[in-house]
Amino acid sequence: MNIDHFKPATVYTIYIAATPEKVWQALTMSEFSRKYFFGNAVEIDLKVGGAYIVRTPDGALHISGEVIECDPPRKLTITFNVNWPELIEKLGPTLVSYEIEPAGDAVRLTMTESHDRPLSDDILSGGRQGWPAILSSLKSLLETGEPLVIKMQPPQRMLAALKEMGIKTP
Amino acid sequence: MPKPEFIYVTYIETTPEKLWHALTDGNFTERYWFGARLRSDWTVGSSFEMVRSDGTVSDAGKVVECDPPRRLAYTFVNQSDKYRNEFPALATFVLEPYGKLVKLTLTHQGFAEGSKFFQGISKGWPAILSSLKSILETGQPLDIPYAALKLDS
Repeated sequence: MNIDHFKPATVYTIYIAATPEKVWQALTMSEFSRKYFFGNAVEIDLKVGGAYIVRTPDGALHISGEVIECDPPRKLTITFNVNWPELIEKLGPTLVSYEIEPAGDAVRLTMTESHDRPLSDDILSGGRQGWPAILSSLKSLLETGEPLVIKMQPPQRMLAALKEMGIKTP
Repeated sequence: MPKPEFIYVTYIETTPEKLWHALTDGNFTERYWFGARLRSDWTVGSSFEMVRSDGTVSDAGKVVECDPPRRLAYTFVNQSDKYRNEFPALATFVLEPYGKLVKLTLTHQGFAEGSKFFQGISKGWPAILSSLKSILETGQPLDIPYAALKLDS
């Protein structure tokens, strides 16, 4: 898949007292992701073209995608498509890239969410609400052994915008 | 072109009072803020300064809002020649209880188009606020070398 025409819409950077390998594991292993990603399990076939899947706590398919770049423990790029009817047809695919760089004894993790077309701030607000919570909890998990307990409200602004576009949401 | 604006949200396992102290006590900021002591009497209209370990002032501005432990806002700009044509932009911290956590939202706005200082703060804040979260949750700040921010790239 050619990703040259994707443009960054949301960038979140966080520094973590951990090794690049530990951060890589936390991003790619379901036993970690269940703890910090609202109970969701990440399943990934770690090779370019491999499948990327996120399942909700009850096992349902929530996000599906494909591995675009895989350079452990430095860079992982995946397509990240929420499994709601007509979402990908109307909004296009979502690309998520994680970059892991050493910064002294810590690690800088940069998440970039990109799209192949301009999307409104209303549509983007869902990701902008979710990423800081997910990545704050990932940092706490790696530094303290315990994730954060974040009871997030549904992203109402995004859901309303999707509904207006005729995209059905759960 | 929209005006440059930096927004950062993080969730911290602490209380609003401890987070407020961490944001306003110079002895505490020195431990996680690349050695900077914040100096102010935190009264609206008073001066706000970031003081280096050698006593020189790196950044200066004014306190705009102070409502402990909920909202804190101040302006500042770096005093080096590199930014001599820039004016102080407004940094606003909002602290909200969130279950057993605190949601911290920083909005830094009021930069001119093409502001170099904006490029600098965009790289600095994630490091400072990550280190703040670490020190409140683990007792230890992060040891991030200033050079790792790649401010010039």
